[in-house]
Amino acid sequence: MAESAEQADRDDPAIELIGINKSFGPVHANKDIDLAVARGSIHGIIGENGAGKSTLMSILYGFYHADSGEIRVDGKPIRIDGSEAAIAAGIGMVHQHFMLVHNFTVLENVMLGAENGAILNRGGNRARIELGRLEKEYALEVDPDAVIEELPVGLQQRVEILKALYRGAEILILDEPTGVLTPAEADHLFRILAQLKEQGKTIILITHKLREIMAITDTVSVMRRGEMVATRKTAETSVEELAELMVGRHVLLRVDKGVSHPGEVRLSVRNLTVRDGRGVKMVDNVSLDVRAGEIVGIAGVAGNGQSQLLEAIAGIRRAEAGEVTLDGQPVHVTGHADPALLRERGLAHVPEDRHHMGLVLPFEENENSILGYHGAREYVSGPFLQIDAIRNDAKAKIEKYDIRPPDCRLKTANFSGGNQQKIVLAREMERDPVVLVIGQPTRGVDVGAIEFIHHRIIEMRDAGKAILLVSVELDEIRSLSDRILVMFAGRVVGERGPEASEGELGLLMAGVEGEPVQGEAAQ
Amino acid sequence: MKKELPAWVDYGLLPLINLLLAFLISGLVVLLVGESPVRAAYYLVSGAFTIGGGIGFTLFYATSFIFTGLSVAVAIHCGLFNIGSEGQAYIGGLGVALACLALDGIMPWYVTMVVATAGAAAFGAGWAFIPAWLQARRGSHIVITTIMFNFIAASIMVWLLVDYLKPAASMAPETRTFLEGGQLPKLDWLLELFGFKVAGAPLNVSFFIALACCFLVWLLIWRTRFGYELRTMGTNPTAAVYAGIPEARTVIIAMLISGALAGLMALNPIMGDQHRLNLDFVAGAGFVGIAVALMGRNHPVGIIFAAILFGVLYQGGAEVAFNMPNISRDMIVVIQGLVILFAGALEHMFRPALTRYFLARRMAAAHVAGG
Repeated sequence: MAESAEQADRDDPAIELIGINKSFGPVHANKDIDLAVARGSIHGIIGENGAGKSTLMSILYGFYHADSGEIRVDGKPIRIDGSEAAIAAGIGMVHQHFMLVHNFTVLENVMLGAENGAILNRGGNRARIELGRLEKEYALEVDPDAVIEELPVGLQQRVEILKALYRGAEILILDEPTGVLTPAEADHLFRILAQLKEQGKTIILITHKLREIMAITDTVSVMRRGEMVATRKTAETSVEELAELMVGRHVLLRVDKGVSHPGEVRLSVRNLTVRDGRGVKMVDNVSLDVRAGEIVGIAGVAGNGQSQLLEAIAGIRRAEAGEVTLDGQPVHVTGHADPALLRERGLAHVPEDRHHMGLVLPFEENENSILGYHGAREYVSGPFLQIDAIRNDAKAKIEKYDIRPPDCRLKTANFSGGNQQKIVLAREMERDPVVLVIGQPTRGVDVGAIEFIHHRIIEMRDAGKAILLVSVELDEIRSLSDRILVMFAGRVVGERGPEASEGELGLLMAGVEGEPVQGEAAQ
Repeated sequence: MKKELPAWVDYGLLPLINLLLAFLISGLVVLLVGESPVRAAYYLVSGAFTIGGGIGFTLFYATSFIFTGLSVAVAIHCGLFNIGSEGQAYIGGLGVALACLALDGIMPWYVTMVVATAGAAAFGAGWAFIPAWLQARRGSHIVITTIMFNFIAASIMVWLLVDYLKPAASMAPETRTFLEGGQLPKLDWLLELFGFKVAGAPLNVSFFIALACCFLVWLLIWRTRFGYELRTMGTNPTAAVYAGIPEARTVIIAMLISGALAGLMALNPIMGDQHRLNLDFVAGAGFVGIAVALMGRNHPVGIIFAAILFGVLYQGGAEVAFNMPNISRDMIVVIQGLVILFAGALEHMFRPALTRYFLARRMAAAHVAGG
């Protein structure tokens, strides 16, 4: 057990990968990977989507079997041919998309698959005691009787960690753990990880966010194109160096943009109020204006009404009250505003959730490149789709947006997150809209693609589009926006310029400072 | 990520393996009742193709199954499970019969056929409209309503046949026999062209209508704007809302098309074979359509093959029961059930293993995608 491990053992690798190779057909996903993770350390693995991180971790967790190479846990070579073997070897995994049963309680989820016999009650009581001990030991407070779907994502993730610990994990692999967390939740997660490390657990953190690597890891390994290109002590490296190692070329981390030249008001929102399905007021009397040639960013912790605001403006969700005008003409937001009609009037919408809303994943790429515009004159003739025109159009967009692989017949689900997002952006931007409404443009997107996407958004601004941008990434809001509105509890609680400090915006986002500024928000 | 297989595996190898397994287990069942599976297989195949013009019967049954299979498939593409093809086909028969009764004395068959086709489609669609409207506007689940509408359709048809459509002097609950102008020509000449000996097989011109419908359904689903909207709705309803696709309208139109296709099935037995409207002429073809659509993976080409397979089971199965006294008609139903079980309901049984086998190629694509 790691707790009993002597300080002297700390430099022994808890887990060692030696010469791991894995090919999928012609693609060499992992090439001669060597990796040693020191016991009781946090080891970051960073790389772009498709660099081979997930393959490597899947080998470690027994989803795939390596073509060659050796895995050693505590110095002993072991064979991991399934997740049971991984668990037996003390390896636990917290997946990017949580593997929880939503209508079960925390306790039930933790026990799932480790019920200890057919009578739930007896196993349950034992599990409850063990869970209490784990929660206390690692400061992971969760109410064991809370139902998962009622917990915020940060707590759901904690349940995933508890699940791994409950199964005796000594080595914890976290796959993109902060992808769904707010900054505060992410900070809390890092404190938990530090605590786990303190207790002697070994943590492997897979991410593409450089800041996280710098903030929390002891050592970082960089993967690129299936190879382990470098391993550094975190203290001895920099964000710039890591980014360059990752992408293989110099990367611009700051967005290069000129001064904006705002023109006419293109999108105007007045006193908009939106309730969600349960009748809770999600958007509360919001007013804002977006002018041609400017980017208005909406900052805020996820769940403060930004999603509902976007959906109401895009005509997807009916507003309770308020007025929206698009290019001077009213939009019927309180009645049935037809999203198709709004598109014709020049409103392009990149939805926050591309998987559920922006794309039909089982469709071919070219079919998704017309979603929402599938009635446009150039794509149909009479009742028929113009397949050739659609595919040629898709090919042109693939070329222009560097969507990889360049195959418009490939199923959309087979593209990486960054490329899927480019498919959506290409579709919405290439229609030459008047107003562009963008939600979470770079969620789950790798560094190289983020640079490209930011560049395109600035280009759209300079081309005179009015852009409303919602993002939970404060850095993104600050670097792209010409004006920043902060939303808290459904209201716009403040407006700041792009020069506003992170701390100042953070306070507004937490609802600490400021009275509602509905009237001024417009200006 | 959705696990995918090469198309030839997904549409060819996998159904074949499932089918072989179904036959293997059927063979064990045959052994269990003390008969030779080889002899049963012989009668099944030769009965379906050669004995007494079996092919003409096989394709006759297949014609009905193509219509109902297409009906189910169109609804599934829109995310709707239409279990009501049975009832929609039954009511469709009313459209066929009314056209034939009105026109058979004064018009040649091809004119009557056009009107009967329109009537069958209109009556079938009409019967699907009420569940469709209830689903689209009131959220009543289409599975429940279409099942109930099957019973209502059966009762209505009994009532109409007994009280109105039956000739006054007749004891049987069926219409009078249509005159020549209400009869679809048989396709004996076509089968003879291929060297089959046929004696009064019921295969008729509606077989071609079924094939034409396969093409039209393919065109509708994959080549029209409405088909695109229908597939979007069926695959990702949230994306459909985002794209501004009108939900209620799409659901209703999809169900009307589904009902119309089911209704067309009535052409085959009524105008093509019996030449009269009788009780229970659908005989479960609506439900077989579910299995056919499932096995044909909702694609018209797959549906043709699956429909022929079920035609073989119907016709060949009858020959087996006839020639092998230990194997009763019910045993044939068991075998059909096994085919539905393995080819339809359990079609994913071998998928994981095959997927693992073909993972290499798929992952290659995905990794190139990751770039």
